[in-house]
Amino acid sequence: MQRLLMKGNEAIAEAAIKAGCRHFFGYPITPQNEVCAYMSRRMPQVEGVFLQAESEIAAISMVLGASAAGARAMTSSSSPGISLKTEGLSYIAGSDLPALIVNVQRGGPGLGTIQPAQSDYNQATKAPGHGDLRLLVFAPSTVQEMVDCVFETFDLTEKYRMPGMLLCDGLLGQMMEPVIFPEVEVTPSEKPWALTGHGDKRQPNIITSLNLDPELSQSANLARFERYAEIEKTQARAESLMTEDADIVVVAYGACARIARSAVSAARAEGIKAGMLRPITVWPFPTQQILAAGKSAKALLAVEMSMGQMVHDVRTAVQFKKPVHFFGRTGGVVPTPNEVLEQLKIIDGGLKA
Amino acid sequence: MKVIYEKSPMLKDAPLSYCPGCTHGIIHKLVAESIHELGAGGRAIGVSPVGCAVLAYNFFNCDMVQAPHGRAPALATGMARVHPGHVIFTYQGDGDLAAIGTAETIHAACRGENIVVIFVNNAIYGMTGGQMAPTTIAGQTTQTSPYGRDVVSAGHPVRVCEMLATQEGTTYAERVAVHSVPHIRKAKKAIKKAFEYQTQGRGFSIVELLSTCPTNWGLSPVESLAWVEENMIPQYPLGVFKDKYAGEVAR
Ligand SMILES: Cc1ncc(C[n+]2csc(CCOP(=O)(O)OP(=O)(O)O)c2C)c(N)n1
Ligand code: SF4
Repeated sequence: MQRLLMKGNEAIAEAAIKAGCRHFFGYPITPQNEVCAYMSRRMPQVEGVFLQAESEIAAISMVLGASAAGARAMTSSSSPGISLKTEGLSYIAGSDLPALIVNVQRGGPGLGTIQPAQSDYNQATKAPGHGDLRLLVFAPSTVQEMVDCVFETFDLTEKYRMPGMLLCDGLLGQMMEPVIFPEVEVTPSEKPWALTGHGDKRQPNIITSLNLDPELSQSANLARFERYAEIEKTQARAESLMTEDADIVVVAYGACARIARSAVSAARAEGIKAGMLRPITVWPFPTQQILAAGKSAKALLAVEMSMGQMVHDVRTAVQFKKPVHFFGRTGGVVPTPNEVLEQLKIIDGGLKA
Repeated sequence: MKVIYEKSPMLKDAPLSYCPGCTHGIIHKLVAESIHELGAGGRAIGVSPVGCAVLAYNFFNCDMVQAPHGRAPALATGMARVHPGHVIFTYQGDGDLAAIGTAETIHAACRGENIVVIFVNNAIYGMTGGQMAPTTIAGQTTQTSPYGRDVVSAGHPVRVCEMLATQEGTTYAERVAVHSVPHIRKAKKAIKKAFEYQTQGRGFSIVELLSTCPTNWGLSPVESLAWVEENMIPQYPLGVFKDKYAGEVAR
């Protein structure tokens, strides 16, 4: 197996191709442009389709069409573009279709900044579109994990027939790290529901999110939520680092987890018993893992590149029984390990006082 | 007994959900017949819009997907790129195609996507109860132009075929009507031609059909037919606006 040095955004694109994706529909936006650029180069080499759409709305609608037609399809964008994709996302969820959406987040609101942020957490995990729906959300924190999560997200979105998102940020997208691509034989999953033309061999397939009868509409939602419940039970992932004896557990995901990791090591070197719990999926949120990691801890600290979005899920996870502090930077400012270490010292001081 | 007329096998047995006297039904029949006559039902995939035709998937006897408002050409693009040999078509109203979905329409045409767009222009938003559409004629009263469309503030009606005909990507653009038997015959020819071009991989075709909305126009079905002739055709002249293969010897 070959180790390659790759930029996060390009690694996402190559991973998607290796995972069997042959239909990519995009629209330029910084800091995810390398995904589109890479796809425009690579797709023709593998007889795939790269199409630069007229908007993010059109791009995700093309994904909807391609997915309905049975293909492994994806799109990628960054925060302002993801807002436009919420329409298609809701239709994809309501039509029970798989699809991969990549969000290389930047700071907002509005046009905001092109610098990294994690301020679309609430959008991704709470309200990715109108209606009762969920989006499977993976939040990798290394380029290698971005690669692995692409494979995983495609598989799970097809298994559960729902949209999935790779929630990254400008830091991860632009960062170069060594990666190894898994050498797996991708076997396309059976899609008897796909629109392939009935060929005079079966009844026509219909894909729609419309249910004029409220009772039918309700049962469709209930069926979907049964799947969501199973996902919450079986698919929540997290990495735990030195949490067993930790007084303070830092909870951070994505690029922030890298910063938190350094801060936790530095804190240990100074005699502060710190640990880290890193959500890998943010929906489903690793509630049980956080509850377990927080059991022996005296306090938790959520670190985010936002004004505090995930922190509320952490508080819920520990059932409001432990103090959950928050430290964040916003608008494209990235926190430093030293700043996080400072927070740990303050909390530790408070615990010892 | 000799069968002289039967329902196209490309239409399901379901009763249409359109209002009495609405010409959406005629257009369904013409589309179904055209696809069937080309033997393409088994590889046809249709896209239903948001609008009165949203339930078209219950009527056409082929694989169908329902699109977000205005996005049908983008969905069709995605499907055409997955199944290049299939017969992909959209069925859209004027609000869907010429207001919220203008960008999707124009760019699908410019890319020369190998799809057929069936464009039902009834100069009004039917499904939502008769609001002003991009194609509402100057002076026409609707729920949201109660004093008649004032072009100074509400702008001018959009002519879609003329606009798309100027684009290199467009293969075929024709406007027809369905308010009389001769017009219906012509409409059938246009739709059939569009699907022929599609099955030959010739790119983007649009057939615009001037259609009625008796319910929201506040007219009887018969008065509505006359209204098409008197008010719509002067604003939306019938004819072929573009046909890349017009010079070909008829087969
Ligand atoms: C995003 C969005 N905006 C608005 C609507 C409401 N809506 C439903 S049908 C329709 C108008 C359809 O009119 P038209 O395309 O002219 O088709 P017709 O009903 O006349 O056949 C609108 C605005 C919607 N469903 N989705
Ligand atoms: S509202 Fe108008 S366009 Fe819609 S079905 Fe009724 S008559 Fe036809």
